[in-house]
Amino acid sequence: MACDAGMTISPTATRTRGRRARRDWVLIVCAAFIALLVIVAVFAPWIVPHDPNKVDMAKAYQGPSGSYLLGTDSLGRDLLSRLVYGARLSLAGPALVVVFATIIGTTLALLTAWMGGWTDRVISRVLDIIFAFPGIILAVLAVALFGSGLAAPVVALSIAYLPYDARILRSVAMRERTLTYISACYVAGLPTRTIVLRHLLPNLLPFILVQCTLSLGYALVDLAAVSYLGLGVAPPAAEWGLMVANGQASILTGHPQESLFAGILIVLTVIAFNMLGDRLATRFSVRAQ
Amino acid sequence: MLEIRDLHVELCVGEEMKPVIHETTLSVDQGEALGLVGESGAGKSMTIRAIMRLLPAGATVAGQILYEGADVLGFDRKAMRSFLASKVAMIFQDASTHINPVRTVGDFLIEALVTNNGVPKAEARRRVTGVLEEIGIPDAAHRLEQYPHQLSGGLQQRMMIAAALVIEPRLLLADEPTTALDVTTQAEVMAILDEQRRQRGLGMIFVTHDLDLAAAVCDRIAVMYAGFVVEDRSAANLHEEARHPYTAGLLASRPSPTEKAHRLCVVPGRPLSAFEVGEGCPFASRCAHVEDRCRIERPLLRELDGGWVRCHRADELRGQLLCSYNGSAHE
Repeated sequence: MACDAGMTISPTATRTRGRRARRDWVLIVCAAFIALLVIVAVFAPWIVPHDPNKVDMAKAYQGPSGSYLLGTDSLGRDLLSRLVYGARLSLAGPALVVVFATIIGTTLALLTAWMGGWTDRVISRVLDIIFAFPGIILAVLAVALFGSGLAAPVVALSIAYLPYDARILRSVAMRERTLTYISACYVAGLPTRTIVLRHLLPNLLPFILVQCTLSLGYALVDLAAVSYLGLGVAPPAAEWGLMVANGQASILTGHPQESLFAGILIVLTVIAFNMLGDRLATRFSVRAQ
Repeated sequence: MLEIRDLHVELCVGEEMKPVIHETTLSVDQGEALGLVGESGAGKSMTIRAIMRLLPAGATVAGQILYEGADVLGFDRKAMRSFLASKVAMIFQDASTHINPVRTVGDFLIEALVTNNGVPKAEARRRVTGVLEEIGIPDAAHRLEQYPHQLSGGLQQRMMIAAALVIEPRLLLADEPTTALDVTTQAEVMAILDEQRRQRGLGMIFVTHDLDLAAAVCDRIAVMYAGFVVEDRSAANLHEEARHPYTAGLLASRPSPTEKAHRLCVVPGRPLSAFEVGEGCPFASRCAHVEDRCRIERPLLRELDGGWVRCHRADELRGQLLCSYNGSAHE
């Protein structure tokens, strides 16, 4: 009897312990933080306590108080409201960059990995050339040519991020296509399009997801930098990079709040994206470069 | 139905080309099972991969592979696809890695029918379920919803067989389909494969290391050594009438359940790779009956006693071959 009981209990106990060991708190915290930011950004109009663009010079440089939780900036605008609204542009920009770069990058990766030969050589060399330009330089160039705003830097950064996605996914796709389930598809007489889109692509998804998460962090920093330089979003719109630049003058007069809070948010968000990407990579046992 | 003439395959290894198959000549008729037997590296798998044109990039193929008189090696993309889609099916050794892990078994089984033959999904599912029931998989509807990792090795291999059968091919190429399975499962899977093949009257090329297994399920056996077919004979006669010293060596080195042997017979030396073969007979370096001529002149595959053999001395050695390896130097 005792023996029986012991045998029925032990596997359950092991399983519970196993599950607990696998729960990854860093991943959960990072994902939760990012989810919170997204929710806040989406519902910004309903949750902000003040109009983010309402100027009230009489209330400039107020410290944190019950009405202004994080204080006000040099024009008396509520910092919390501006940070919340800022999340919209600060996240949407990088998201667009990542979507464009991933779609085009994945397509090129599949094309080069599958076709090989000249297609591969030509596309890979072109990607190498793009690789040589830092994203921020391309973004500045795009602004110089097409004027400031969000569109030009987003397009420029998408192009700059292409080679990273394409290269990594190409190497994964090259390895994946030598695996035997792809041979099995070929032997079944399936058309190339079906093999690539319905068999190869789904097996690349974990890698694509990791790559997206990591690029989001980088894109956020780059776009914030563009805005900081005054080449991206134009004032008075709220955007974190712009806020860091805006608040800079006030630091010397003893009011560092604006730059400080916006800066902290940028840092935290980027860390969250990077750690999330890293943890996901480990999860999928992917070694992201 | 399928005829391979003087097939010669070279693979690109680093900078140089290394031959893996020399002058292989084989044929399979409708409804006939041909066993392709030999040690690892003898070129068995490469031969059937050449039929499917599934060789690694950079491989060169010479000779002819004729399916109903048409040269498979000359097919364009479209002809090749329709050949693969409807005439020939392949069963691989390791089913677990040959089924896409992210899709359900059902998807895997119906995909070829739906994509290649334009069969409607519901009809494809019905046909697949039928085949699964025929090969003894109960609860087929439930199985179709499962993912490959949820199935046992034996079940995965049966799914692979089902996938091969459902397209109603005329030729099956089985590349050691049971090597990765344990012995009981092996017997079950083999029985299913054999029964289905006979019922449907399919031709089959069955690649295996196991001479006895090949003899049990095949009509004819071709023995390969170092990229050459050294003997090609009906399975029923091979045991008594092996005419090539290598075949005789293989037969003699099997353990017997009835006789308790002190030590198993062995063929001395190690198997030669196809690229190490010199001018003479590929087996000369290990053959107990070797003479000077064997080292200089390569024997051709010639007809002898109702089969084909590649040996200069096959006629003289008739009857003396079987036990020639007993009491070799390994004692």
